[in-house]
Amino acid sequence: MEEKILMKGNDAMAEAAIIAGCSHYFGYPITPQNEVPAYFAKRLPQVGGTFLQAESELAAISMVMGASAGGARVMTSTSSPGMSLKQEGISYMAGAKLPCVIANIMRGGPGLGGIAGSQADYFQATRGGGNGDYQTIVLAPGNVQELADLTILAFDLADKYRIPVIILGDGYLGQMSEPLVLPKPSGKTFEKPWAITGAKDRDPQFIASMRLTPENALEQLNLELQETYRVIRENEVITECYQCDDADTVLVAYGTAARIANKAVIKLREQGINAGLLRPKTLWPFPSEILRKITNDKKKVLTVEMSAGQMHEDVLLACDDKNKVDFYGRLGGALPKVDEIIERVKSYE
Amino acid sequence: MSKMTYAFPQSLSETRTHYCAGCGHGIVHKLIAQVLDELNIREKTLLVAPVGCSVLAYKYLNVDGLEAAHGRAPAVATGLKRVQKDKIVLSYQGDGDLLAIGAGETIHAANRGEDITVIFLNNAIYGMTGGQMAPTTMEGQKTLTSPQGRDIADVGSAMRACELIDTLEAPYYIERCSVHDVKNVNRTKNAIKRAIKYQVEGRGYSFVEILSMCPTNWGLDPVKSAKWIEEDMVPYYPLKKFRDKGEEA
Repeated sequence: MEEKILMKGNDAMAEAAIIAGCSHYFGYPITPQNEVPAYFAKRLPQVGGTFLQAESELAAISMVMGASAGGARVMTSTSSPGMSLKQEGISYMAGAKLPCVIANIMRGGPGLGGIAGSQADYFQATRGGGNGDYQTIVLAPGNVQELADLTILAFDLADKYRIPVIILGDGYLGQMSEPLVLPKPSGKTFEKPWAITGAKDRDPQFIASMRLTPENALEQLNLELQETYRVIRENEVITECYQCDDADTVLVAYGTAARIANKAVIKLREQGINAGLLRPKTLWPFPSEILRKITNDKKKVLTVEMSAGQMHEDVLLACDDKNKVDFYGRLGGALPKVDEIIERVKSYE
Repeated sequence: MSKMTYAFPQSLSETRTHYCAGCGHGIVHKLIAQVLDELNIREKTLLVAPVGCSVLAYKYLNVDGLEAAHGRAPAVATGLKRVQKDKIVLSYQGDGDLLAIGAGETIHAANRGEDITVIFLNNAIYGMTGGQMAPTTMEGQKTLTSPQGRDIADVGSAMRACELIDTLEAPYYIERCSVHDVKNVNRTKNAIKRAIKYQVEGRGYSFVEILSMCPTNWGLDPVKSAKWIEEDMVPYYPLKKFRDKGEEA
């Protein structure tokens, strides 16, 4: 059996990134993800990589853009207010088709908000976040093992589709220590002939989101992006179902909220109430079709979130019968309570 | 047999530029291209283009290029250089880009002594957006957003980039030049060459500020624009070498 070690979520993510071949990290301090830059600062020089603390999140994501254009596997991390600043660079990278991995270890907002974990940046993550018609892949780990495993996947998806990939965790997950088996490299390699390496023995090439001429060049770029998003929607949805088959009520939750919902399902089953849990691990692409099929013959669907109902909108869009969809959420860094979930589900009986 | 005295620089693309008549960008692009030819580094040069009039600079120079968000060119150049360590990374920027929205990136890249060369074109106005007040707009200078002339009691004085950067320890080379006449164009070329040569040698951060004409947005013809630089800008922005650690050594 492979050796399990105890690691904090933030540290495990950073180590997994290094295993995935991440050679460059640029970031700016913000709670509750400060372990990430500290870990990279210590570890990257040991493996011949580069850590640089940027002067701001704006600068950090721009450094990521430069490093990505140079062909490196590169990462940054932040928490909610910092993620707002990074939207500038993410939009540019989406338009320029540059891969990178960005972790948002969410905290409560709006504004400076608080430092407790939250899921209130779902809209920002799954609707592009910056200006323009674009998407990023959004991964939603629910425990420390998964945080590490999905980090490996994040780098592969970023390179495969030339797209920014967001790891959407929250402060609880980042700060939590759990045993895990460190993941292995995927072994996949991706050629990057588009990288900016100097015009030696080839024509000069440039990487840019801007398209001014000819007249339809920008629409053409957008159509290419949309085609990539279509392929991703068809191929990269990951979701987990727990006791959904015979359930009367299906809970839908991701990340830390899903851990709590999972506990509620176990307790409900102990009381003879058939509940199940559907847990999306990709928030974009969202598992709409799976959700629609699973919930079609169920009596009730309950979204559980640490927000005012952001993923809930996707659940509503996916379910044919909106009348059977209910929502329970806690806001501003508060955690959903197992008892309150149980009470809500019992009220459907 | 006739002797070749001038050839179109290999590092300059034959694309027709979008620059206005009398604009200084074209002159500076050509100087950079000549320097890249002379140092034989076209194939290893990576150009980071800013947001502003020179947003398409990567199409005019015959080198690999990369876009940056407004003001972030030094940060993008930092990331690129830290991956492509043996390449020559140029950050080409205008005054709004370098001293307003990108002031933080400018100062911190310089302060780290990032091994890049920043070419800063100062024409005292925002050109691309149609002539708004820049951080380098002169006292009393009329622009779209300072219609009565820059009021320094209200919006502060014009900022001097070389002097600011000269307060930092790390920069290796800092010089201010101008392209308003032939003598100064030649001086500018020498400064660009020295700045880039230092990067080739891995000496660290080099910075060249270039005073440049914007006839369209100044509302002056090209000849009067050149004269305005000499009479109005140069007294406020002294043309000189602020630092040259290569010479000191």
